[in-house]
Amino acid sequence: MTGRPGAESYERAGWGTYLLLALFTAVSVFPLLWTAVAASRTSGRLAQSPPPFWFGRNLPRNVSVAWGEGGMGEALANTAVVAGSVALGTVAFSTLAGFAFARLRFRFRAPLLLLVGATMLVPPQLGVVPLYLLIARLGWTDQLQAVVLPSLVSAFGVFYMRQHLLGALPPELLEAARMDGAGTLRVVWHLVLPAARPAMAVLGMLSFVAAWNDFFWPVLALTQTGNPTVQVALTGLGRGYVPDTSVVMAGALLGTLPLLVVLALFGRQIVGGVMRGAVKG
Amino acid sequence: MAEDVVERALAPAVPAGGARRDRLGRLRSRAAPYALVAPFFLLFGAFGLFPLVATAWTSLFRVELTAPEAREWVGAHNYARLLTDEFFWNALANTVLIGLLATVPQLLIALGAAHLLDARLRGRLFFRVAALAPYATSVAAATLVFALFYGRDQGMVNWAIGLIGLDPVDWQNGPWASKFAVASIVIWRWTGYNALIYLAAMQTIPPELYEAAALDGASRGRRFWHVTLPGLRPALAFTGIVSTIGAVQLFGEPLLFSSGAGASGGADHQYQTLGLYLYEQGWVNLHLGRAAAIAWAMLLLLVVVFGLVRLGRGKGVRR
Repeated sequence: MTGRPGAESYERAGWGTYLLLALFTAVSVFPLLWTAVAASRTSGRLAQSPPPFWFGRNLPRNVSVAWGEGGMGEALANTAVVAGSVALGTVAFSTLAGFAFARLRFRFRAPLLLLVGATMLVPPQLGVVPLYLLIARLGWTDQLQAVVLPSLVSAFGVFYMRQHLLGALPPELLEAARMDGAGTLRVVWHLVLPAARPAMAVLGMLSFVAAWNDFFWPVLALTQTGNPTVQVALTGLGRGYVPDTSVVMAGALLGTLPLLVVLALFGRQIVGGVMRGAVKG
Repeated sequence: MAEDVVERALAPAVPAGGARRDRLGRLRSRAAPYALVAPFFLLFGAFGLFPLVATAWTSLFRVELTAPEAREWVGAHNYARLLTDEFFWNALANTVLIGLLATVPQLLIALGAAHLLDARLRGRLFFRVAALAPYATSVAAATLVFALFYGRDQGMVNWAIGLIGLDPVDWQNGPWASKFAVASIVIWRWTGYNALIYLAAMQTIPPELYEAAALDGASRGRRFWHVTLPGLRPALAFTGIVSTIGAVQLFGEPLLFSSGAGASGGADHQYQTLGLYLYEQGWVNLHLGRAAAIAWAMLLLLVVVFGLVRLGRGKGVRR
């Protein structure tokens, strides 16, 4: 993450670089800022040209309609539960499996790892029809576990933890633990978890963001009127559930703000995680 | 070998209690790895692997969403029907076109942005975090605001091109304009993310290579072409694969781009993708068997694309 002191880096950035970067940053951030502008206006004003470029006074009203009638309040609570559970579960399962794949020898280790890796190349949409039938048979449609459980299976998470532990958990350390007579459980608790902690934090944040923004499967498994997540509620808003553009924008703002706060607080870690090769959700 | 050491390392130390406890200990240490991977593989089997495999089976039936138990064997009928279905071919062509419109500019801009971010900067972390703001924005939130930008009469894009004297464009209905508009949402969301991956790869290139090239009198542009790009190869391959998989599954952007169109992808299906067509067949028209056949078509498309890339690389000039 730190810049290498290389030849190219020594070239101090000129004003042209800053200008282009400022442009890039403006394009990245502008749609979010304008979402807030639109959320503070009326739908009548948004139907006029030129579009508004500054805030109006309608933000409290639009937010309260989006929160209540638009279902964003319930959706935010549901999504917090979903994203939180997915992050915790993914980190737990990936750490255990990642450790086993990194440092233990067992039958079928190589083929199992290959199998997990291969599923990373297959679009998840390939499985949605049987998955839907399975969830329907379990009676889980419109229930949050329908979107939590399938998301806990993160092939990326297993590879990420395995990669980290290969570097962070020296074999000699495990040998020393054996000398002291430690069993597997104690080894996991006292050696693996401390060594894995930085990667666990990053994986947790990336999983949280991915689960928060997960779209296709939640739109299938949940509905606007039964336990929607933020993305399901926004889909309903976008398709005219509350026919008021400024309310729709207020909903988009409410649904995005929590992740922007996460990004502002943990930006350094998330940037580091992406730069170590995260995979699209 | 190190791994043997580790395997022994995890066996509990032999207690002084004799052979029986020794065997029990051995057994436990053998079972331990399986116990550690078991929770993952239980879920992986049920919710990951099983649905992928079962899709092939489901695609051979007529299955209604409303009565999944009452399914009827139809063999290859769902596939035969797709072959003569103009909307399927339309969705396939749209997926490829929007995929190209989204992926190529996205990766090129990301490359440029990464190059800018690789310079010695003040406020480096700020620029990097800001580049990830679109990545933190959901498909739904991004598409809803872009749909307003692209409004025909009141949208900001048409207002801006009006300022420079151009006629307004019908971004919702124009066959090319709407594809470009949908692709631009993908570009916005993923360019910064890909830029950070390229940046990470750029920072692994040894500085000596740049110094040597500079000593040889190579210009900045030539150094980028001959030192940076070859060093980025694995990252380029990685982002290419991930973006292609994402493009084949494109769904949320075309679903929400126009509030009235629903799952049809525009009045004329002008931006209906395979992902959207799968949704329309399965969850609007309630034909789950057909949806499963479309899912296999998506996988086939992916296989063909990666196959063509391999073929193209094989024929390309080797340096």
